[in-house]
Amino acid sequence: MATGTTPTPSATPTARRGVLTPGRAAISARHLRTDRWWLPPLVTALGLAAFIGYSTWRAFANSHYYAAPYVSPFYSPCLATNCADMKGGADWALFGDWWGLSPALLVLIFPLGFRLTCYYYRKAYYRGFWASPPACAVAEPHAKYTGETRLPLILQNVHRYFFYLALPVAGILTYDAVLGFRDEHGRWGHMGLGTLVLLVNITLIWAYTLSCHSCRHIMGGKLRHFSAHPVRYRLWGWVGVLNGRHMLLAWSSLISVGLADLYIYLVSSGAFDDPRFF
Amino acid sequence: MSYEAHFRVWRGDAEGGELRDYQVEVNDGEVVLDIIHRLQATQAGDLAVRWNCKAGKCGSCSAEVNGRPRLMCMTRMSVFTPEETVTVTPMRTFPVVRDLVTDVSFNYDKARQVPAFVPPKGVAAGEYRMRQVDVERSQEFRKCIECFLCQDTCHVVRDHEENKTSFAGPRFLMRIAELDMHPLDAAAEVGLTRSSSAQEDHGLGYCNITKCCTEVCPEHIKITDNALIPLKERAVDRKYDPLVWLGNKIRRRDA
Ligand code: SF4
Ligand code: SF4
Ligand code: FES
Ligand code: FES
Repeated sequence: MATGTTPTPSATPTARRGVLTPGRAAISARHLRTDRWWLPPLVTALGLAAFIGYSTWRAFANSHYYAAPYVSPFYSPCLATNCADMKGGADWALFGDWWGLSPALLVLIFPLGFRLTCYYYRKAYYRGFWASPPACAVAEPHAKYTGETRLPLILQNVHRYFFYLALPVAGILTYDAVLGFRDEHGRWGHMGLGTLVLLVNITLIWAYTLSCHSCRHIMGGKLRHFSAHPVRYRLWGWVGVLNGRHMLLAWSSLISVGLADLYIYLVSSGAFDDPRFF
Repeated sequence: MSYEAHFRVWRGDAEGGELRDYQVEVNDGEVVLDIIHRLQATQAGDLAVRWNCKAGKCGSCSAEVNGRPRLMCMTRMSVFTPEETVTVTPMRTFPVVRDLVTDVSFNYDKARQVPAFVPPKGVAAGEYRMRQVDVERSQEFRKCIECFLCQDTCHVVRDHEENKTSFAGPRFLMRIAELDMHPLDAAAEVGLTRSSSAQEDHGLGYCNITKCCTEVCPEHIKITDNALIPLKERAVDRKYDPLVWLGNKIRRRDA
């Protein structure tokens, strides 16, 4: 958005642009809203910043991400040789041993790209971080605006590929949650609080992933004649129900993935023992 | 219950103007448009305001009340406390004519730029048959009353006058979506791909899906979720998805 720095002839001088453009009703205030319009973007920005801070620390930490039988969703699948031994978990050293950094960095780019290009998160950070616009009918501070018409933001159009990639990632996290039904020695028939934490998390991740706007389009939204594709029409309807709650699912799955990691961090660092149900 | 309310109403024309203060009576059950009418009847006989139905169906009385784009006839006075100052201005994205009346011809220009419905070959008018499930999506968009509040609130043109040439605005991108989803529209047969044209000719890429159009629509049309995002996805099909592109090349048929 802020890419074009050369002034164009069409850009009006700062003082007279936007709602102050000559010919529009002459009102000097940039907006006349009296409600607390600044609260939602502020809460959004703080929430996202908190998650970014926490996840950056955890992704680089490269420790306390495995507490048998649980693995943190930030570190699965683990693709480097320097991973903790995960006893049948998604621990495939595809990258060999030259990778010396935290193995989380190899996999986090997928969920990161998925959420960064997500239609809901775009709205959230355009409003919260970029003030474009900060709230409806509140003038944005930028002199020029090209939206998603050119680089880099035109790349938001790749969202559906991240959706495709998010599916195997969700599949692997499902596998991890199932492994939570083994005990720390690998014997089946165990369940602890950690199992529950992973189950809730993966349920929310799936709900978020399937509620994606690209998913809704792929399932059936792209069709012209629903009547000729009854099955896809059904799927489109179901995804539509989830899609209506996409913002809620975006936040709840973001929080659950952070909490799941925190839980495993606490158990693995010995802060407390995982309560066992059976 | 009646009380005296403090109103600030913008008075002026294209040359200039100001927010003027009024003390005016408010009664139970009234809406902002009633108060504007009372001002006209009692204190400001020359106050210009556009309205027709007083039922939220004609889309004439669009204005901004306390900074929020709204229909004056659908804004109840009961949402304000008696102490609250109520500020009423014309829409701030379009040129003002006088007082609360704006020149909305930008929208008519944009409407004309969207290619009309292309009738299917071999089906006479009056013989169109469509399944309800197939027209349902387009019908949501037909609820539009053309109040242009979405156009007014969209930051792409509200905050950037220079974008008005290249951006059709949510209402008319939605019109393109309506036709692109229409079961009988034959645009593709005459070589018009509505979704990519939305991006190339009507500025779909300017929309950053921040949903203000949806927030203000008095008809509660889910403009962003049901029209703009699907249109973006359809444009991706045409322009950025090699698999879909290849599939269409090979099969050469339209779902
Ligand atoms: S969602 Fe798009 S069209 Fe609607 S107000 Fe926002 S930028 Fe404008
Ligand atoms: S889409 Fe809604 S806000 Fe926009 S012109 Fe139509 S009724 Fe008004
Ligand atoms: S994940 Fe949010 S739109 Fe795809
Ligand atoms: S007067 Fe018709 S919509 Fe308000």
